[in-house]
Order: sequence, then C-alpha cells, then structure tokens
Amino acid sequence: MELRKSYFADVRKDDLHEIGQPRPRSDSPGHVTGKTAFFADRNFPGTLHLKMVRSPHHHARIRSIDTSEAERHPGVVKVLTAKDVPHNVYTILILIQIGPEDETVLADGKVRWKGEPVVAVLAETERAAQEAAAKVKIDYEVLPAVFDMEEALKPGAPLVNEYHGQNYYLYDSGECRKVRFGDVEAGFASADHVLEQSYQSSPIEHAPTETTGCVVAPEGNDRFTCYTNTQAMFFTLDNASIILQMPGNKLHFVGGTVGGGFGGKVDVIVEPIAILGAKLTGRPVSFIYSREEEMQISSPRAAEKVVIKDGVMKDGRIVARKVTGYTDAGAYSRHSPYGAQKGAGHYPGPYTIPNVWIDTYCVYTNRTPSSAMRGFGVTIGDFALEVQMDKLARLIGMDPLEFRFINAYRDGDMKAHRQPTEGAALIECMQEASRAANWPVAEKFMAMSSYVKGA
Amino acid sequence: MAKVPVQFTLNGSEKAEFIDSGTTLLHALRDKIGDTSPKGGCHQGTCGACSVIIDGELRLSCLTLAETCNGAAISTTSGLSEGGVLHPLQRAFLDTFATQCGFCTPGMIMAAKMLLDHTPNPSRDEVVEALSGNICRCTGYEPIIQAVLTAARSNSQNAA
Ligand code: FES
Ligand code: FES
Repeated sequence: MELRKSYFADVRKDDLHEIGQPRPRSDSPGHVTGKTAFFADRNFPGTLHLKMVRSPHHHARIRSIDTSEAERHPGVVKVLTAKDVPHNVYTILILIQIGPEDETVLADGKVRWKGEPVVAVLAETERAAQEAAAKVKIDYEVLPAVFDMEEALKPGAPLVNEYHGQNYYLYDSGECRKVRFGDVEAGFASADHVLEQSYQSSPIEHAPTETTGCVVAPEGNDRFTCYTNTQAMFFTLDNASIILQMPGNKLHFVGGTVGGGFGGKVDVIVEPIAILGAKLTGRPVSFIYSREEEMQISSPRAAEKVVIKDGVMKDGRIVARKVTGYTDAGAYSRHSPYGAQKGAGHYPGPYTIPNVWIDTYCVYTNRTPSSAMRGFGVTIGDFALEVQMDKLARLIGMDPLEFRFINAYRDGDMKAHRQPTEGAALIECMQEASRAANWPVAEKFMAMSSYVKGA
Repeated sequence: MAKVPVQFTLNGSEKAEFIDSGTTLLHALRDKIGDTSPKGGCHQGTCGACSVIIDGELRLSCLTLAETCNGAAISTTSGLSEGGVLHPLQRAFLDTFATQCGFCTPGMIMAAKMLLDHTPNPSRDEVVEALSGNICRCTGYEPIIQAVLTAARSNSQNAA
C-alpha cells in the first residue's frame, strides 16, 4: 500500500507515512502478557452474583410475581423487582432529548419480548443465584405478539409498547423520517427505465468474545465504583444516575477496556441494576452475561427492510430515487430511532440524484430490542443500494463501475437532505479501485475529479 | 458447602487453595489464586479464551475441575515472559498486530505455545489447525497465524 500523493496534490500538503507501517498499540503489551485488566478481572471479597429472571414469552401481562421461595433459597441475599428501581422507566437517548421513556429496567405489569428482565436475584454464589432464579414464580397472561414490521404497522396489530401508543416511533416529521428533494414522480415519468426492488436483513448479533457485564464495588464514602465494559461510559453514567435517582458524583465509572464491542455494548443494561444491588446490600455485585444471554438477550443489529425504486436513463444518469426503509427496533427504542434517521439521510448513497423521496420508519415489534452495531442505520442500506446499483447498470447494459462514475457525487453537489457535498473522494477511490482490481474503465472516467469543476 | 483442598504449581510456583467441590480451574485460577490471564468467554468449551497448559497438554480451564489438577504443573500466559523479556510468541503478537481487544490473546498464545513446543517449525496448515479451537472476533485470523509463524521463525533463528 502506498500513499498516492497525486490525488489532491494541491489541497493536501502534509506528508503522511503511516499507511502500510505497523504501529505499536499502547494496550498490546498488556494483552500479550495477560496484564490488561478487563472488568471481570476485578475481584472483591464478598462479591454477590446477580442473575436475571427473564420472560419466557414474547408478549404477556404479568398477573403476579412470587419471590418468597427464591428469597428463602440458601445463599440468596436480595431479590429485586420493578418497585425497587427508583426511576424504572427510561430510554437511553433521553440524554439528547429523544423520548419518550419507553423501557423498564425490570418489567412492570407487562413483558414485551422474550428474554425481558423481570426479577434480579443476588446471591453469594453464581450457582445459588441461578437456582433461586428458577424458584421465582411469575404468573403471565400471554398476549398476541407481532414479529413482522409490516404486520406491526397495519391497523389492528397488537400494540407492542404503550409508551409510544402506536407501533412506530413518532418523529417531529410524523410517522417516519422524510427527505423530499425535487419531484420524484416527474423524475420517474421522464426515466427510460424504472426498477423497484426490495431488500431485507435479519438481526445480527455482535458476539463479542467477552460478554457484557460489570462489577460494582461500594466505597466507604457513599460512592459506587462501577467497573464496566460499556462502550459508552458517560452515556451509561448519566443514565444510571437518572435510573437510580442518584447524583452523578456518587458514581465512579472505570472502563475503556472492552473485550470486543462492535456497538453491542452501548446500551445501558447491566450497570444500573448492579449498582442498585450494591446499594441495597452494601456488598460488591457482579453481573456478567452468560454466553447464552450475550447471544439471545443483548441487542442485535436491527432487522431492516429497504424498498428502493429508481428511475434511470439509458445514458446512465439516475434521475429519481424513492426509498422506504423499515428498522425493526424490537420492543424498545434504545438507539433505533436514531438508526432509522441516519438511514433517511444516507439512502441516496454517495450519488447525486436530482429527485429523491425517502421515508424511514422505526417500527416496534415483540422482538429482542435492537440497537447499535457498526454503522447501524446505513450498513444494510449500503448493501441494498449497491446491489441496486449493479442491477441498474445491468438493466441499461452499462459497466457497473462506469455507471457509478456517472452518478458519483462531487464537491458542490447538493445532497437530498440539503447538505452541500464537501471533500468528496469517491471518484478518486474508484479510480484507484479500478487500477487495483484491474477493472479498466474508459479514459474519461480516469480523468474525472471530485473537486475540479468541469473535469 | 464442603471445601476441598487443591495444590498444584502455577507457572512454576506452588499454589494451594480450599475450593468448593465442582469449582472449575478457570474460576479457581481467576477468582481464588488471582491469575486473571485465562479469560472466560463462554464457560462452555467453545471459545478457547480460557486455554491453559496442564502437564504439557492444552486444556480448556472452564471445562476442567480444579480438584482434578492436584499435583499438576499448570502454565498460563501470565507466566510466559521471563524477567520482563517477552516470549517470542508475545513479541510476535505485538509486532504483527495480532491482538486488538486482547480478550482472546492469552488463550491464543497458549494454544500457539502448545504447538511450537511440539512442532517448532509448523506449516501454515498446522498453525491453523492448532488455533482452530480459539475464537477471535476482532483481529481476523490472518495476523494471528502470521504471528505464530513469525515466532516460530525467530525461535529457529535463535536456536541456529
Ligand atoms: S471460556 Fe472456556 S472455552 Fe470459552
Ligand atoms: S482480539 Fe478481540 S477477540 Fe481476539
């Protein structure tokens, strides 16, 4: 790999040497000697182990919870239910004013997905906590559930989340995020060809090698130190402060060492309840997901459905694009309203299209709540868009790479969501890719530039 | 619960503990003895993060009962470097960027050490086979395979 300084020669003066050079990481010596301290490597005498009793149903009303037998189980120190949590209904993005609060720390009256936490058991050993958890008796009235986004949006579908009142996130723009640019119907009417395709994905689990968890130690000064593998330290601290109704200065978070995250550790899931357990028992608490919980309970990447309709000219120009995107949030919002919103801005792709219409829905279903994962909101969209681009190129009998040169955005082009393009480098990347992959394109495309007008 | 005594050497030093019967070696090493270099990624024998060497054999410490290790000689990654000098495998993992989050690394290094102890000049296929019980979710296996081959080369250079 080399730095091609010919690109942007007159705008980039700096002399970069990093590409292709190995660089020592500051944390590697700890990794190779086993000295790196992951959260679970913190050990405190008298630590209690927390195990969660989870809903076996996708959607059910809770008639009653009986924890008496679990409480009597040898080794059990504390059993927590919704009433023990000071501010039980929360939503993580409330910190940036994205509400309403729609998720319970421990289920209260209703469960909305299979695996939802209902009762937390704290015991001297993991085994005692596990055995006692099995003795919690919960009487459920099973409710009809909905797993498909389009079904969930139909009138009469079971209502997943009462805090929303309907099975979609209500944006200030209405039932979906909308982008309107030019006149998409006129664009289709003038197009030589129109192609509509739909693309779908399943939820994807991050499967980090280290499972989600934290260890909380009560300090002598009324503070709690929380050793955690969260990827969102301050987000978690602030949300824990809200959920526990505890000033932030009582909470000391230690972390930054994450045994693989990929976005799967940005939700605020284990810390608040573990801190609460430490507060109510005065003992250190460890709450670590089992491998099974990591795979089944932690938020996956959302399932998505993307319907793309494009109008294209024989000469290769895309003249209109209409996209309807659906993001399956599962039962609760977490980061999904934001993911769906990102999709709305992203669906035109890195292409300049004069007429664009985009609707993206964040939909609630009785599935495991989804959340962040590497480029969530845009990654599945990119898959759909680029497959669509290949299909369009084939439709008009054009080389797929040349087709992308024709439509590539360049500096100064207005994007559909009204951000002028700046610092584009798509053309140059494709020129380099064309060389590297030995996929030649016509000379005029190799002479193009992202930023020189008329080139 | 009745406690049982266990006694073994860990990286050359004597260890003795009273543990609950049924305690895994992983748990005993990490939470009783304080060697946290073996990691628990699954506690069910599928990820390899807990790999240690017991009496010259690579074992998953999450599936090994501590009480079966009486009298054994156990090695873990924390005991590999001597006097602050990294073992060639540790050096190679560092130099070839074979570690990202580092959670799989101690287990990988143990599996690799086991291979090099018996097969000082392994083929690439032998490396792949030796690491096949260890999952890495971040780095990608190629740099890890390269690290093991690099360490083998530097070993044989040192021996020559
Ligand atoms: S923890 Fe032992 S194999 Fe995963
Ligand atoms: S470096 Fe993260 S699992 Fe291997």
